[in-house]
Amino acid sequence: MSDFTIKVREEGDITILETSGYLNNFGGDRVASICKQSISEGKRKLLINMENTKMVNSIGVSILIEIIEDLQGVNGKIAYYNVAPIVEKTFNIMGITNYSKIYTSEEDAIKALT
Amino acid sequence: MSNSTVELTLPVMQDMELAATKTAEVIAKSMNLDGEKTDEISMALIEACINAFEHSKSKDSIFIQYIIDTDKLIIKVGDKGIGFDSEVVAIPKIEEKFNSDNKRGWGLQLMKELMDTVEFQSSEDGTTVTMTKNR
Repeated sequence: MSDFTIKVREEGDITILETSGYLNNFGGDRVASICKQSISEGKRKLLINMENTKMVNSIGVSILIEIIEDLQGVNGKIAYYNVAPIVEKTFNIMGITNYSKIYTSEEDAIKALT
Repeated sequence: MSNSTVELTLPVMQDMELAATKTAEVIAKSMNLDGEKTDEISMALIEACINAFEHSKSKDSIFIQYIIDTDKLIIKVGDKGIGFDSEVVAIPKIEEKFNSDNKRGWGLQLMKELMDTVEFQSSEDGTTVTMTKNR
């Protein structure tokens, strides 16, 4: 059974997801579900705090491609912070960072998205 | 320690690739590999295991062999599936994934980018991927 959890909060017009655990296919689906719901509710700025997600796999990360695609359709943005070096490397290899940004802190991310 | 071998047999179960990464972490520590190399090994191993689990179309276990060599760690991940031709697997591009139903297919690319060498031996009796990480 997956130990992946997500907490969601709002900071102004930014939806912040705080993930915890291994971002695999199940985790990715859960992230996608929350993001898609947020987008359907009119949210256009999504931010993922990955402090407690040190391990990912390409299936989980590929689901972010879907989210990026959905956001492109509504002129929205997604960003991340507290990303482990290997996760950032994986994002780079997959091209995720060509379409979304990684920040070093929540403050920097919110400032950039505002 | 040189030319020592650790072997694992993993059942095809959700998240079982993490058992492989935990073993890799212990071995990497024994070899004094730095954190960056250890993480790269773990990520490549996750992808190799998932490929073995998913694409082998076999419910048999997969096997992993860690060979601690003088100047490198060699990791072999094998399955008894139907095999594939690694030469015909296209390099994925995110731009091509947009508006495509299939967002996946990144495993081989990740293995090649994260490890120093990656080689495949595959037939209708199974596939073994051999990856190395230099000290």
